Amino acid sequence: MAEAAPKRRWIDRSLAQLVLVRVREFVREPEAVFWTFVFPVLMAGGLGIAFKNRPAEVARIAVLASGAEADTLAAALRRDQALAVQVLDDSAAARELRTGRIAIVVAAGAGGAIEYRYDDTRPEGVVARRMVDDAVQRLAGRTDPVAITEAHVRERGARYIDFLVPGLLGMSLMSSGIWGIGFSIVDARRRRLLKRLVATPMSRGAYLASFVCSRFMVLVLEVGVLLGFTVLAFGVPVRGAAGTLVLVCVLSALAFGAIGLLVAARPRTIEGASGLMNLAMVPMWVFSGIFFSASRFPDAIQPLVQALPLTAVNDALRANLLEGAGLAQLAPELAIVAAWLVGSFVIALKLFRWT
Amino acid sequence: MPPALSINGLRKAYKDVLAVDSLDLEIQPGECFGLLGPNGAGKTTTVEICEGLIPADAGEVRVLGRTWRESGPDLRQRIGISLQETQFSEKLTVEETLRLFGSFYHRPRPVDEVLDAVQLGEKRRGRVGQLSGGQKQRLALACALIADPELFFLDEPTTGLDPQSRRQLWELIEGVKSEGRTVLLTTHYMEEAERLCERVAIVDHGRVIALGTPRELVSRLGAQHVVEFRGDDGRGAALAADELSRLEGVLSARPRDTAWLLESSHAHRTIPALLGFLAARDIPIAELVTHRATLDDVFLHLTGRQLRDG
Repeated sequence: MAEAAPKRRWIDRSLAQLVLVRVREFVREPEAVFWTFVFPVLMAGGLGIAFKNRPAEVARIAVLASGAEADTLAAALRRDQALAVQVLDDSAAARELRTGRIAIVVAAGAGGAIEYRYDDTRPEGVVARRMVDDAVQRLAGRTDPVAITEAHVRERGARYIDFLVPGLLGMSLMSSGIWGIGFSIVDARRRRLLKRLVATPMSRGAYLASFVCSRFMVLVLEVGVLLGFTVLAFGVPVRGAAGTLVLVCVLSALAFGAIGLLVAARPRTIEGASGLMNLAMVPMWVFSGIFFSASRFPDAIQPLVQALPLTAVNDALRANLLEGAGLAQLAPELAIVAAWLVGSFVIALKLFRWT
Repeated sequence: MPPALSINGLRKAYKDVLAVDSLDLEIQPGECFGLLGPNGAGKTTTVEICEGLIPADAGEVRVLGRTWRESGPDLRQRIGISLQETQFSEKLTVEETLRLFGSFYHRPRPVDEVLDAVQLGEKRRGRVGQLSGGQKQRLALACALIADPELFFLDEPTTGLDPQSRRQLWELIEGVKSEGRTVLLTTHYMEEAERLCERVAIVDHGRVIALGTPRELVSRLGAQHVVEFRGDDGRGAALAADELSRLEGVLSARPRDTAWLLESSHAHRTIPALLGFLAARDIPIAELVTHRATLDDVFLHLTGRQLRDG
């Protein structure tokens, strides 16, 4: 029988060595670092700027030069800050309207009658018509019977970037869980390294645990970088308790890691594994509400959409970050994620091909 | 002391292909034993069953006197393995890879010592991806050596290497032998088995078809020499085997492509006789080679095929 192993430094223990290998393989793969850390930030930055909420846009309109008192009308309309007014002849006005550079053409006829020419299927046209009409009617002496005061409420949390960031976070947890774990294992099997490791006294539990440990290290950075960037750059709110957020992230990372393990349970080639990974991830990219709400899908498929782990993760992250939801409120989502974790892990271990 | 390895009535089938067919072997401690055979002979399957990596369909394997069922974890500590074609992680350095493998064993040998033993000291900080084929094989050997094993399994350690790397690996394996470790080596290079192994088993279609020291096997052939010749424009191909085998000293004659191989007990008598025979028929010689009989000739004699043809 083997004698008891002599004491050794912690770093020479197999779990520590296996985790070190995971970390080294990750940081020595610049592409992996880019896709895990940089890409989500670039995506949040790009989409955040593209969909930034801006003050209501100025409506570009034209007054027909051939109309009655065109210059007076134009000057009067210009007093409204929300209107950009040009005076154009008939053909120029028609061309600008057709190409969408102006939203509406105001043509004053004889006897004070005014005609609006615009495309009633274009939102800009409809909005511009209301604004122009308002200005025209006031100009003609209309008085408003109800006294109005305005209070402007610009709430953080209701903007697109606020909706987007939890979705990107969820997507990032999914990709690095499934891809990071699935790819490494299938690659080791393809190289027959897995078989070689199994031929040593290495504990198989330690091998799997090394993925969990390294996954958590990456997780801290990946969530920290994306959340840190979007909080600083866009003021995305973090309203929930930090502990709850950590729990949601850890549980999600474990669940996606288990799905990665399941995907990697049998394939011997990277090609085979890639197909399975896409099979697992594409439905979630489409249906799980990363870029738009999952509730937009028809009611008929909602049960399926809601059962996807990423839908639950995204909902939980949004509720936590944007609404400050606590554990009790997140219980249904967390239960779905936990079910995926346990189910995938058990099946993965049953199917797993070590040699 | 029990045999280092004993195999009794081993059988293993993959679907309808019988990879190992009632194979028996016994390897003594300190011995370097060679499993010699063409690709697909069942060598790797046999070795992987012995390594406890795949289950047998029937038969018994005892490693260091124990079965895998009884004492798997203990055996894992005591054997060293070099699998066919393991690709270690290319992003790790040589030293990191060795440290990883060392961490699995209760009493690993010091990394420096093993690096020296396989002459990879200079490459210790080099990435595995940058190593040559021979260096990678030496790393594979190092990953087995770090276990300080009693029994070594080396599955085709030199396949695909250039002659110089192969000789270098042979020297390392001789070093391992000199430390008193038992080695089971598979190969399809007969010169490798002749140089390294005390005993060899020639395996074909999952069975041992010859067993003994390389010298015994060759002498059992009866022929000390092989004379190989080829007539110009393939004209020799039409010659009759029984005519050639009646030449002086010739024990048997067999065709290979357009050439003939004559197994001879006395090359110095066979060659003049052959030259006279060809001159009488006016067949010019394109090629005439003679060599001492080797395990390759033994395999050819037993199976009618060449080792390397598979």
